Amino acid sequence: MNTPTGLRGEEMTVAALRTLYGRYGYTPYKMSKFEEYDLYVRNKDFLISDSIITFTDTNGKLMALKPDVTLSIVKNTGDITDGVRKVYYDEHVYRVAKSSHTFREIRQMGLECLGEPDAYCRAEVLRLAAESLRCIAPETVLDVSHLGIITGLLDRFGVAADSRGAMLKCIGEKNRHELAQLCAAAGVTEDDTAVLCELAGLYGAPSEVLPKLRVLLGDTELAAVVEELEAVLSAVAITENAAAVRLDLSVVGDIRYYNGFVFKGFVSGIPGAVLTGGQYDRLLHKMGKASGAIGFAIYLDLLEELTVPDEPYDADDVLLYEAALPAEVSRAVAALQQDGRRVLALKALPEKLRCRRVWRLTESGVEPVENDA
Amino acid sequence: MLNVALPKGRLGEKVYDLFEKAGFECPSIRENNRKLIFENPEKAVRYFWVKPSDVAIYVERGAADIGVAGKDILLEYEPDVYELLDLNLGRCRMAVAARADFRDDPRRTLKVATKFSNIAQQYYASRGRDIDIIHLNGSIEIAPILGLSDVIVDIVETGTTLKENDLEVVETIVPISARLIANKSGFKFKGAAIEEIVRSIAAQTEGNV
Repeated sequence: MNTPTGLRGEEMTVAALRTLYGRYGYTPYKMSKFEEYDLYVRNKDFLISDSIITFTDTNGKLMALKPDVTLSIVKNTGDITDGVRKVYYDEHVYRVAKSSHTFREIRQMGLECLGEPDAYCRAEVLRLAAESLRCIAPETVLDVSHLGIITGLLDRFGVAADSRGAMLKCIGEKNRHELAQLCAAAGVTEDDTAVLCELAGLYGAPSEVLPKLRVLLGDTELAAVVEELEAVLSAVAITENAAAVRLDLSVVGDIRYYNGFVFKGFVSGIPGAVLTGGQYDRLLHKMGKASGAIGFAIYLDLLEELTVPDEPYDADDVLLYEAALPAEVSRAVAALQQDGRRVLALKALPEKLRCRRVWRLTESGVEPVENDA
Repeated sequence: MLNVALPKGRLGEKVYDLFEKAGFECPSIRENNRKLIFENPEKAVRYFWVKPSDVAIYVERGAADIGVAGKDILLEYEPDVYELLDLNLGRCRMAVAARADFRDDPRRTLKVATKFSNIAQQYYASRGRDIDIIHLNGSIEIAPILGLSDVIVDIVETGTTLKENDLEVVETIVPISARLIANKSGFKFKGAAIEEIVRSIAAQTEGNV
């Protein structure tokens, strides 16, 4: 495929993602850059970072530059109780970077399926997540889990609410040694602790992990959750043009907002997850809505870390001109631009400029100059 | 190629022995020179020595797929990594220490000198105690003696340094030991090698508890 010169990897990815989401009937959702600060205060824990850029609007209202997109979409779409609404977005958000402790503008793309998503809708969102990753790079993995399993087990083992946060953190880190200590402190039996620890370490293709999961959970009420996992994942696996799907029970989310499916996408060469998503019915319930939702976000700023082949030249041709008239320089540039060459017109040649050829515009026309660059 | 960040020093050498026994040897690392990076293409492994407190950064940022870091560093910097194993090496504890005549006066803000600001902050926040953090980079023990702080939060191994500076442990915050950590993305794409290492090292360190 012929791509325009200078089109960055990020822009090509965005174009591919827009086409992909459009093919599944998702419509673009455009929103305002600002949102009332109050929305984020009420749902502070849903945000990745609680630092927000605020300002007072002309009407005296305290406003914020969006640190998150999902909350705005949920707030503005109303309570959908007659089917689903499928939207995608491409927005900038403003968050504090962990590394620099300063605000950064982050381009985020994602989609949401709101209303009453059924098993097919969930499978579709997971499939779109897996296909989105393949739009970014060839070697990708989508890790999927179902929070119903972990929360179901914690309920069954009688773990108190205030012990759950630390346990979920350990599960998320695959930190089985400290999980065992926390279980002992919370009064969980040794057998039940072994189940939780084994669960945190489970990782692999669904065909390998699902049978182990069945053995681990036994014939309990959680068997239905495993059935749901299997049914949805088998619908995701029907396309080859998607990330490798792995079952990873260490994928967790804030259980105050998320329930059901949670997932993270990884690209070889990028150190953290570039895609995160899940089913967040609890957020909607918290915001007074009866409906549910599932969606994901892709952090496009992370794609910068992918090694893009270095352009060997800053320009194909450099045209040096001194006292020539603007019209003469324009004509000479146009002549050199034939065949799509990139021509940089300058008065003097900068030191570290890399170019294929250097030309000089003189009274007798355009002449080649020996180029040592 | 599996990239492994090892902490410079005695602990790092012990850790390398574990990797070697796990079948990921790199003989050039034993040579006596000042090189920091060692590679064994046959075993598809590359080791590098880094400052112990930097291991977590190398792993979180993906420059290393796995590494060995102290629990103190993991608690202080909270890197987004997998913590796969407790190696039970380099065992010590994070503790609050003070002069023998120290009495905590809850009417006053407690002045805490430490290298571990995050750990100290979280510990005292969980107890609802108002503190003033004095971040120091070394010789923490002299802060209470000079009246710079009421207490210190620091790593205690044998307690000899504390004793020699007329300090004693008031409370233990958390036990510390070396942990095997992995980059989350690296784990997805080099999982087989990482799991092989984890299995072997787990078997080797079982008796260390």
